[in-house]
Amino acid sequence: MQYIWLIPLLPGIGAAVNGLVGIRAFSRQLAGLVACAMMTLALGLSLVAFWQLLGLPADARFYDVTVAEWIPRIPLETGSGVGLFQVGWGFRLDPLSGLMILVVTGIGTLIHFYSTAYMHDEPRGGVARFFCYLNLFCFFMLMLVLGSNFLVMFVGWEGVGLCSYLLIGYWYEKKSASDAGKKAFITNRIGDWGFILGVFLIYYTFGTLDFRAVQDAAAAMPVEAMHWGVLSTICLLLFIGATGKSAQIPLYVWLPDAMEGPTPVSALIHAATMVTAGVYMLGRNAVLFSHAPMVLQIVAIVGVLTALMAATIGLVQYDIKRVLAYSTVSQLGYMFTAIGVGAFSAGIFHLMTHAFFKALLFLGSGSVIHAMAGEQDMRRMGGLKKYLPVTYATMMIGTLAIAGIVPLSGFFSKDEILFRAFLANKVIWVIAVATAMMTAFYMFRLMAMTFMGDYRGPAWEAAGAGGAAAHTAAVHGAPHPADAHAHGKAHLKDHEVSHGPAEPHGQSQSSVVSHQADAHDMHGHDAHAAAHDDAHGGHGHGPWHGPHESPTPMTFPLMALAVGAVVAGFVGIPAALGGGNAIEHFLEPSFTASHHEAAATAGVEPAEPAGEHEAPHASRGVEIGLMLFSLAIAVSGILIARKFYVTSPEVSDQMAERFAGAHRLLSHKYYVDELYGATVIGGTFAGARGLWTFDRKVVDGAVNGTSWVTVVSSWFSGLTDRTIVDGVVNLVGWVVQESSLVFRRFQTGLVQNYALLMLFGIFAFVGIYLFAR
Amino acid sequence: MITPTHYMLLSAALFMIGVIGVMVRRNIIIIFMSIELILNAVNINLIAYSAQLQNAIGQVFAVFVIAVAAAEAAVGLGIILAFYRNKETINIDEMNLMRW
Repeated sequence: MQYIWLIPLLPGIGAAVNGLVGIRAFSRQLAGLVACAMMTLALGLSLVAFWQLLGLPADARFYDVTVAEWIPRIPLETGSGVGLFQVGWGFRLDPLSGLMILVVTGIGTLIHFYSTAYMHDEPRGGVARFFCYLNLFCFFMLMLVLGSNFLVMFVGWEGVGLCSYLLIGYWYEKKSASDAGKKAFITNRIGDWGFILGVFLIYYTFGTLDFRAVQDAAAAMPVEAMHWGVLSTICLLLFIGATGKSAQIPLYVWLPDAMEGPTPVSALIHAATMVTAGVYMLGRNAVLFSHAPMVLQIVAIVGVLTALMAATIGLVQYDIKRVLAYSTVSQLGYMFTAIGVGAFSAGIFHLMTHAFFKALLFLGSGSVIHAMAGEQDMRRMGGLKKYLPVTYATMMIGTLAIAGIVPLSGFFSKDEILFRAFLANKVIWVIAVATAMMTAFYMFRLMAMTFMGDYRGPAWEAAGAGGAAAHTAAVHGAPHPADAHAHGKAHLKDHEVSHGPAEPHGQSQSSVVSHQADAHDMHGHDAHAAAHDDAHGGHGHGPWHGPHESPTPMTFPLMALAVGAVVAGFVGIPAALGGGNAIEHFLEPSFTASHHEAAATAGVEPAEPAGEHEAPHASRGVEIGLMLFSLAIAVSGILIARKFYVTSPEVSDQMAERFAGAHRLLSHKYYVDELYGATVIGGTFAGARGLWTFDRKVVDGAVNGTSWVTVVSSWFSGLTDRTIVDGVVNLVGWVVQESSLVFRRFQTGLVQNYALLMLFGIFAFVGIYLFAR
Repeated sequence: MITPTHYMLLSAALFMIGVIGVMVRRNIIIIFMSIELILNAVNINLIAYSAQLQNAIGQVFAVFVIAVAAAEAAVGLGIILAFYRNKETINIDEMNLMRW
């Protein structure tokens, strides 16, 4: 366990190798191999560390290791005098971080394997770049969850943001992708601003940044139930950081746009791990938040409103990944709701189950997109289940899990949240239940539009037969084919009864199909896929042979995650159903201060996280009743979706027409992007333009004015020089010249003239001498 | 009896002949010769007074003047020869290169 620092380091090494050497020299296979090997090693180490952690007694399940000193003891002012600011590269393994590293490395490894196939058609250097970023992301994410103080966490926090930016903009030649990357990065920076301010305030208040020390100190402080104190401010600032990273109102806008990145990225970063960092961070600081009930209330309200808003938007989206993106935002809202009502372990539990089924759904959608040669619009899919049996079966498991159908994982985690919300606040519970119904509805809508009904996508060249023309007739025209009814119904029943038989069937077929798929991948897609090519970067050229099941490296993670989505919930079977709610007890030490230290500090009551006490108060009957109710809600959501999109498809259009205003509002995502565009972005532009005008008019004006003054004064100076100074000089010359006109007459050059003059001179002098004396 | 006054008159006459020759003639050789007349007028003067005052310095001075005149004639004739080669003339009116 003393080697836990290797867990983040291994992917870091992979990133360095791929980044420094791989981009220039590695083949696609080698780059993927390096990345996958590093992730597998990290997964193995995580499993060992977790196993050792389980071996410890429950109240001593933590392990701290400081690899190196980072910031030595610098004197820095705190609220109570000058403290010594000291931060080390410290890592802490405890139940919470142990669970997180399993999620990150486990799902990360599967997605790495998936990516080797998904990115198969990318150019060679691009693949190495992709795996470099992906490994780098895992490095930072593991650092984030393993860090034992706020500063190490912040390094990971910023690093995952950077990797998110790099990976969203992976196809950077596409304007929308690079814009989405920038949007994600800038929006995250706003949240990070809150986070780092919170960290500053924590140091100022407590004089340390170590999680454990801060929690122990905070536990000794009174709960700020009635007044707004320093802990509330800290928590609010940290929560601002969480809203940025975890896509909550008002900073959620980047996540749907982040779907511009490759689908494995969406699955790993924008569904399973990075976006849950905010939830993790709040869970990590459970003691702080328990002492700030007012902030917890804000968290709960923001969370549940985000859940509702995102779910309503998800109802009407047509892009398969966008539906899942809004679903992710919505589910993150659930997690924050759980934290907000004090159910920290329920929030983390949902984080874990969500990681499984949402990664599964994203990878499934990636498989569909792969099969459709880059098509993402669900209106151009339909009837794909006969082409993609494995994807269909696994995605159906994910859908049922997210909808909360017993006994899949989503049921347990979501019900735990709903139950705790019910105990805390009925209004929040009502909104959360409404959201649960919408979740079931839009997820089943996604499944129906993608896999059921008739094929509505582009035609393809059937091998050997000129079938293209035959297919085009069915293309683009009807969004809801008339005979979808029988098809969908039959298959739905088949599936609901048991998905057991479906799996071996799918598997046997996949091995057959994967051969063809491999062959297809080699020649890529035909000319009509030009539009998909820019979505997909550099796919090859050649005929596209229609939707096909993905190769084994893609279907295997789907199946593994499907198993996870089924069984992940069993660690948290609530007591009401006879389970032990093992995960709650397992995680509890991470959410409380270490008891002996807290008790040692003065006579203040060591506060338990709020809500941890409430669970026993509800009767078992209420809990079971609520479960049945939410199950009924989920089933009714599915049934409504079935009616709208399978049995009588025209209903959905009628509804869209009847509630045209609402439909338009939802289709435009509540005009939030437009609102932000008009206020924040427009304001920034207006401010920049104002400053530019100021610069142009005032600053440039001053500079230009100076130069104008110089020009004018130098003109006068030149005038003086030309007229007066030059005038004097010229006057002297002129006088000399003019006078020489007279005097040069004497200079005849004839010697005799001179001699004559001399003679006259002598005569004159002699005459004067002789006669004038 | 020949008195110093006669020598004076001869000397003055020679001198005036020489001066007028320098003034009015255009041929540079003639002017040269006139200058020699002037110098010799001076020599007569010097020797006449040397004889009358019984002092040999006057005669020494006359010999000195003759020597200088010889040198002057050599240099002057050289200049004239060079000028003639350039201008193909010995007319003094042509020699006005030093005018303005």
